[in-house]
Amino acid sequence: MAHDHPDHDDHPHDAAGQHPPSDVALRVQALESLLVDKGLVDPDALDAIIDTYEHKVGPRNGARVVARAWTDPAYKARLLADATGPIAELGYGGRQGEHMVVVENTPQVHNLVVCTLCSCYPWPVLGLPPVWYKSNAYRSRAVIDPRGVLAEFGTRLDDEVEVRVWDSTAEVRYLVLPERPAGTEGLSEEDLAALVTRDAMVGVAKLAAPGG
Amino acid sequence: MNGVHDMGGMHGLGPVAPEADEPIFHAPWEARTLALTLAVGAWGKWNIDASRHARELIPGAYYLGMRYYEKWLTALVSQMLQTGLITAEELASGRPDPGSPKADPPLTPERVDPALRRGGPADRPAEREPRFQLGDRVRARNLNPTGHTRLPRYVRGRSGVVEQVHGAHVFPDTNAHGLGERPQPLYGVRFTARELWGDAGHPHDVVRLDLWEAYLERA
Repeated sequence: MAHDHPDHDDHPHDAAGQHPPSDVALRVQALESLLVDKGLVDPDALDAIIDTYEHKVGPRNGARVVARAWTDPAYKARLLADATGPIAELGYGGRQGEHMVVVENTPQVHNLVVCTLCSCYPWPVLGLPPVWYKSNAYRSRAVIDPRGVLAEFGTRLDDEVEVRVWDSTAEVRYLVLPERPAGTEGLSEEDLAALVTRDAMVGVAKLAAPGG
Repeated sequence: MNGVHDMGGMHGLGPVAPEADEPIFHAPWEARTLALTLAVGAWGKWNIDASRHARELIPGAYYLGMRYYEKWLTALVSQMLQTGLITAEELASGRPDPGSPKADPPLTPERVDPALRRGGPADRPAEREPRFQLGDRVRARNLNPTGHTRLPRYVRGRSGVVEQVHGAHVFPDTNAHGLGERPQPLYGVRFTARELWGDAGHPHDVVRLDLWEAYLERA
């Protein structure tokens, strides 16, 4: 019963019916019902967890950190020295963001974050990871072929740029501080935050100038 | 363990395929699986290192083909069976064993937000001075444990430079197996792409890993 789908593929399976989504959905439903009957989980707590990661915690949090760093040099200096406290000042922290490091992109250095051993990701500032981040392809290739991976995201770097790949092998989580796009001098912190994308904070993309 | 989960540097696993406007969950069962994993985790029967190891123990051929939350589901069921939170009979029937007492869930709705905000910090008071300092040249030891480890194969035997000293962190290799937290110094170590990949590495590029002291020796 080998699975013949790559793990970014979520389409229904017709061949041989191996783990079709309806099957796994039924298994999860049966498990939840058992655990509720046994008093092991509270279904309202499950709803609260899901609501947190669907509506409260996501890349908008990280974008606020980035915008603050762009507009407040003292904050940026503290963020780059030890990120956990300055990120907590904006209200973000906890599970999968207990120990934060922020790494800065410059014209000379481009940072890229991966977890080759599983899928570690800074949840409090970026939310849950996208499927591509958890995929076998990204996990295997980001460390050996970062420029090839970046090119697949449309990010092409000059030969002279140093690519720094951060493999999240411990409980330290990494957030990329992207370069501030040109032409944003007059923008407010809030407008700047709106320009910041998840992909730029993982390091697979650069930010475009507004309207560009 | 030298499992397929340790995939840094492998070839042949396909192109990266980002999905435009990707939803947070692709189906309700994914959301329920995430929530169940966190809520059952609140029983404190295991730690995050044990959970990672439970996912690594999924046989390689399945692991490579499974969707992410299928791995979580498989590991969750295996850990609940192993620790006795549920029995094989209950899993098969979908009903509590006759006469089994009903528990009180530790994670109530009002405790969710504080628990997520607290998280599970891995730093611990240092019991001794770190052996290595910033700028020291170190080599990742050629360790091949059959249990859990966070030392990827692709750095074993390779030399790098200590770039950050994080302080003492819980040691996953013991913690995953119920052998204690045994905190020890954790270091950020920089390896050049050339050191790791030979001529296939770009001359300007580096890879940076967080490695525990037991993984390292002086180079």
